Amino acid sequence: MSCTQTANTTTDASCKSRSPLAEALLRLHKNRTALVGLIIVAVFAFLAIFGHWIAPHDPLEQSLYTKLKPPFWMPKAADGFLLGTDDFGRDLLSRIIYGARISMLVGVVSVSISLVIGTISGAIAGFYRGWVDILIMRVMDILLAIPSILLAIVIVAFLGPSLQNAMIAIGVVSIPRYARIVRGSVLEEYSKDYVQAARALGASDTRLIFLHILPNCLAPLIVQTTLGFASAILEAAALSFLGLGAQPPTPEWGAMLAGGRALILRAWWVVTFPGIMILLAVLGFNLLGDGLRDALDPRLRD
Amino acid sequence: MLYFILKKLAQVIPTLLGLSVLIFLMIHMVPGDPAEMMLGERANENSLRELRHQLGLDQPLYVQYGKFMGRLVQGDLGRALRTNEKITKEIKEHFPATLELSMVAIIIAIVLGMLAGIISATKQYSIFDYGSMLLSLVGVSMPIFWLGLVLMIIFSIKLAWLPLSGRLSYDIVLEPITNLYLVDSLLQGNWAAFKDALWHIIMPAITLSTVPMAIIARMTRSSMLEVLRQDYIRTAKAKGLAPRIIHYKHALRNALIPVVTIIGLQFSILLGGAILTETIFAWPGIGSWLLNAVYARDFNAVQGGTMLIALVFVLINVLVDITYAWINPRIKV
Repeated sequence: MSCTQTANTTTDASCKSRSPLAEALLRLHKNRTALVGLIIVAVFAFLAIFGHWIAPHDPLEQSLYTKLKPPFWMPKAADGFLLGTDDFGRDLLSRIIYGARISMLVGVVSVSISLVIGTISGAIAGFYRGWVDILIMRVMDILLAIPSILLAIVIVAFLGPSLQNAMIAIGVVSIPRYARIVRGSVLEEYSKDYVQAARALGASDTRLIFLHILPNCLAPLIVQTTLGFASAILEAAALSFLGLGAQPPTPEWGAMLAGGRALILRAWWVVTFPGIMILLAVLGFNLLGDGLRDALDPRLRD
Repeated sequence: MLYFILKKLAQVIPTLLGLSVLIFLMIHMVPGDPAEMMLGERANENSLRELRHQLGLDQPLYVQYGKFMGRLVQGDLGRALRTNEKITKEIKEHFPATLELSMVAIIIAIVLGMLAGIISATKQYSIFDYGSMLLSLVGVSMPIFWLGLVLMIIFSIKLAWLPLSGRLSYDIVLEPITNLYLVDSLLQGNWAAFKDALWHIIMPAITLSTVPMAIIARMTRSSMLEVLRQDYIRTAKAKGLAPRIIHYKHALRNALIPVVTIIGLQFSILLGGAILTETIFAWPGIGSWLLNAVYARDFNAVQGGTMLIALVFVLINVLVDITYAWINPRIKV
């Protein structure tokens, strides 16, 4: 990427016309692992949106006759149940497909909570500094003083177990990550000339923060958001596994694992497939996040 | 150095104070009446009033917090409502199990993680490098509660090599000294108990070590690669030193500095992971104790337990900072 550094002086047309977005997309394309991540994430997004068309069965439909049927390659497998059934005779494949929808929903909701609150509080702390900064960042330190899964468990313990409360808890525990990133970037950008110029033109504080400063902090936020999806999905599955998130019969991967725990002696498939889905979804977002970091972070450019 | 340590400790005080307010206020997050939540719908008015009084919920907020803090600074966390035992006593009983599990897990993670990282860096772009980096990517994305179940299916149920759960078989007798079973059995020369305890700890420790191992491997690799690019390494090569001496004597020392910080940060992951691992393997530690308190709606125990874990966690972080300053003289003390 030698043309990036010399883009202002070079006359090479192919370098000149490239926007920062195109540049990032190109770098993302070159990074194989990130591409794999993007494909995995796209597949899960597809499952989440169109799952009800793909799933061969109703994920909640029970049947005593098809109880604990193994996957199709094993003896005694039942027709029409590719990955077998659980102890209520529900189709495992349909349940893990519907699980994608719940996990994506968890990702969107809890990441939105932490992103919005984290960004606003981080921007305020970095922009106004002084005691506001100290107060906000102290609160963030306190949230960071407890291991995040423990804090999420404790929050859900007091709010009561449900998927909704699990999403709130996971959202709250990740607020400090976003606040720290935004505060750091705002502090860095604040002293730059373009901010002072905009201020001299009479821009209000809100306008300065949201229209001038924040767009320049986007890169690390995008990376953190992607990685945040990964940890939100993982933490929500853990909470549901512990019985503190999604409640049965919801086809949530972690809750499915919890239900299958008692069956590990008889039906390994009930605990195997939901776990693979969690692993793949989290891996996809982690790969994409790592790749985006390489693509967007100018400090890492070669 | 002493000034640095004191400064670090002083910085912790506001965090701990804030933490105590947060944990104190948590009981007021319970929708409706906590006493009703804890006793259920069929509780009579007398027992509700009794419990509210016991929890101090019938007093003004600032009085409640004052009492909470007053007890806290005396090291009194109150009593667990399920058992009516002192919370500090219950935690003391369950702590060694978690400590033993975490220690074995972090040792596995450090040894294997650093080894994989060093070999990957010295043999960059080799099959081993690609393989171990792929594995470590899978490792950081691993739902360990699932990994634990899969290990159980393979090693306990299908192969019957390792015991399914618990810390010790029922027929093994072990005199408690430290309550770290591996240490106790060694101290007493009780080899049967040592072997039994070791066999029990292997699966939970491997499960718990997965994520830290992956992180340590990645960090060791990138830090080592960075050091290997520096001039003094080239000088050593030009001098004709053997690659092994360059890698292990010259490069490793400097590469380890960021790795030590990362290892310190793993305690957060270990504590969180311990809750899940202990639940799966019926390991009688702090994690499963706290979770049982959550299930029983024993808010007293949850508050006390969280406060103590947070305190330990904050102090560990201070220790990590101090160690870091000690091994890296470039940090201004």
